[in-house]
Amino acid sequence: MIHHDLIIVGGGLSGLGAAISAKQAGVDVAILSQVHPGRSHSGQAQGGINAALANHPEGKDDAPEKHAFDTVKGGDYLVDQDCALQMAKDAPQVIYDLDHWGCPFSRFEDGTIAQRPFGGAGFPRCCYGADKTGHYLLHTMVEQAYKLQVKMYVEQFVAKLIVHDGVCQGVVSYDMIRGGFEAFTANAVVIATGGTGRTYSNTTNSLISTGGGISMAYDAGVPAKDMEFVQFHPTGLYTTQILMTEGARGEGGYLINDKGERFMEKYAPKAMELAPRDITARSIQTEINEGRGIGGQNFVHLDLRHLGAEKILERLPGIRDLSIHFEGVDPIEAPVPVVPSQHYWMGGIDTDVNGATVMPGLYAAGECACVSVHGANRLGGNSLLETIVFGRRAGAEVARYLETLTEKRPNARSADAATQEMEKKIRDLAAKDGTEDAYKLRAEMTTAMKDHFFLFRDEATMKKGLEKVLSVKERVKNIGLRWTGDVFNVDMIRTVEFEGMVDMALCVAKGALERQESRGAHFRTDFDKRDDKKWLKHTLAYKQDKDPLPRFEYKPVTLGHFEPQERKY
Amino acid sequence: MPEIKFRLKRQDPQDKANPDAHWEDYTVKYEGENLTVLEGLFYIQENLDPSLSFRYCCRASVCGSCAMYINGAYRLACQTNVKHLDVDEIKVAPMPHLQVIKDMVVNMDDFFAKYEYIMPWLIRNSPDPEKEIIQTPEERKKIDMPVDCILCGSCYSSCPSSWGEENYLGPAALLKAYRFEVDSRDEAKRERMPQWDNERGVYRCHTIMNCVEACPKELIPTEGIQWLKKAAVRRKVFRKAK
Repeated sequence: MIHHDLIIVGGGLSGLGAAISAKQAGVDVAILSQVHPGRSHSGQAQGGINAALANHPEGKDDAPEKHAFDTVKGGDYLVDQDCALQMAKDAPQVIYDLDHWGCPFSRFEDGTIAQRPFGGAGFPRCCYGADKTGHYLLHTMVEQAYKLQVKMYVEQFVAKLIVHDGVCQGVVSYDMIRGGFEAFTANAVVIATGGTGRTYSNTTNSLISTGGGISMAYDAGVPAKDMEFVQFHPTGLYTTQILMTEGARGEGGYLINDKGERFMEKYAPKAMELAPRDITARSIQTEINEGRGIGGQNFVHLDLRHLGAEKILERLPGIRDLSIHFEGVDPIEAPVPVVPSQHYWMGGIDTDVNGATVMPGLYAAGECACVSVHGANRLGGNSLLETIVFGRRAGAEVARYLETLTEKRPNARSADAATQEMEKKIRDLAAKDGTEDAYKLRAEMTTAMKDHFFLFRDEATMKKGLEKVLSVKERVKNIGLRWTGDVFNVDMIRTVEFEGMVDMALCVAKGALERQESRGAHFRTDFDKRDDKKWLKHTLAYKQDKDPLPRFEYKPVTLGHFEPQERKY
Repeated sequence: MPEIKFRLKRQDPQDKANPDAHWEDYTVKYEGENLTVLEGLFYIQENLDPSLSFRYCCRASVCGSCAMYINGAYRLACQTNVKHLDVDEIKVAPMPHLQVIKDMVVNMDDFFAKYEYIMPWLIRNSPDPEKEIIQTPEERKKIDMPVDCILCGSCYSSCPSSWGEENYLGPAALLKAYRFEVDSRDEAKRERMPQWDNERGVYRCHTIMNCVEACPKELIPTEGIQWLKKAAVRRKVFRKAK
């Protein structure tokens, strides 16, 4: 049994943010991560991070309040407005700190941090490092964690929370290198495990974005909030769904249909290609559905050729490489085939503005959390910001919480019991002959999510989808382990994580069916208007003992700064 | 449905009956025209041999998890399309000269210990300004190359100087030292230099350039190491600040 005052699950930007701020406050902190922190999904982010620095010549009048307004409007008013304001106010200092730590942001001629236009933003406020901003931020934060000697347990697959008398006291984790499950006890746990994109077969996300953190908390009785809101990025590569940054359009790229038209003119005449992602993605899908995909196929073109080789090589070298390697197309010479692809999880563990959940000792930050600052649709450039703002806030909040604790000894018996429960679960899985193929089931479920809970939803389609996922849920009971080795057991990790993914899919499916309106990324053809009277509220999904479906409660959205109005771009 | 032969170097040191490295053959089936080596490994793990171990994460060539030795070259498995290899058989082995934990998973502890050793963070002595530290686009350009390192370990595994001297810091750690020493915002005078200006550091590099050939991001670690050697001369012989 290993003990630290604070255990952080996940070594991406949110986890590192929490670790750094807790360490600076003198907390004994350790990160447990499934991959080396420098390999986390945060590193895949490309386009940038929003902050009202007012460095851009056209952004001189920008201010945090305007950033917050764009965020609230972009989120179709499901955003908790006090939280969005807090994020926007914290943003400039986050950027300056990162710069002081050496983050290689791109620069304007005067030596200040460069900013580019991004979707749904009133001013060019997206700070960037070429089109590799996530990679640069992640490495900068990893470097700081090393500098501060943050303890890192690398290649740990965390599978369960330790809960004693309703208080979170640690986690149970599989040591991928040495084998076996072990209890890590703690007086506080921050979950920072990222999103659940892999529940969809058409996702831009990393292979490890399987939502383990959300499902662990959900299993422990903590509600998952607003799970029906799933973001589809307008531009994933056609064959692999690898991300082509919004920055490509921020730099002036066009979206083109089979007729050679810049079709965004029809859908968002002012913002054009830089409308928010939900609107842009639906516009692309409408073109495809109505037969104006390129050559009648299921994709449109992202055309960058007019930007010229110099600009592409300077500002967008990363997506050029990806496009060449994975799609066989050089954007300098030809338009890139793109398609809307699952990208971001607006929902997640219900937290307050400091990362606290309803369970004492349990905190969450980043994509796995739902504060909510993104509401029904996240703006590009706000997710990198969210990770560091709320990671840091959670770390600082834990430091305060630990000072209020009088009893600081996690219950060893509960830790042992949780570990044994996990070991028994693995033994049981190993004993089954596995009449169902776990990987075929996974493919069946992720395809069902893509087919039934994509950009355009309606009751009949979703009901069919829900039946499919429920059938998967039933058959998951029949999957077994195929290999029982101790060291780097990929089969075991993928089997265990899949069970959680099914619950996450059910939260999306049932939540989407219940919500009879269209708001942000949740668009229903049978209820195509936003309904503030009935639905200006957050969904809370609770796990039930017998029923595979969640029980729902709803809670009001915090307003008070910006009056809800119709979204026009 | 097209299919292609995969030949994998397997090893499970924990398996007392068969702890040694050996080759095993598999036939991978796929749809369409494209198959990456990483997808091939998943096909094998899902359908043919669940005991196969390998690292994976982003599948988009930016996380550095899946560097392997594929048909005689260092490659990221996710970035390698089998049709571009143009061979009848895909041969996949773990990165050579590193301890095998299992199959394609090698021990990276020393690699990251050396990374930490060179103090891979910005060193400042003056107080931070209220806003950003001014850095011109020309100054920023100097770090263009080294900041793209994904710490995959290909260069480290490929370097003959590393094979012969286990304490040699290796190309990746030295490239990281260069990345900070050359950054206009870094104010390290002599803090970081003792870490690389010694017999375990830059002088072990004999400009064999395997690292340049191995790097899947097409970076040039040798350029950074040579810069550091010159910087040492500038600083020690000519008493320059940087």
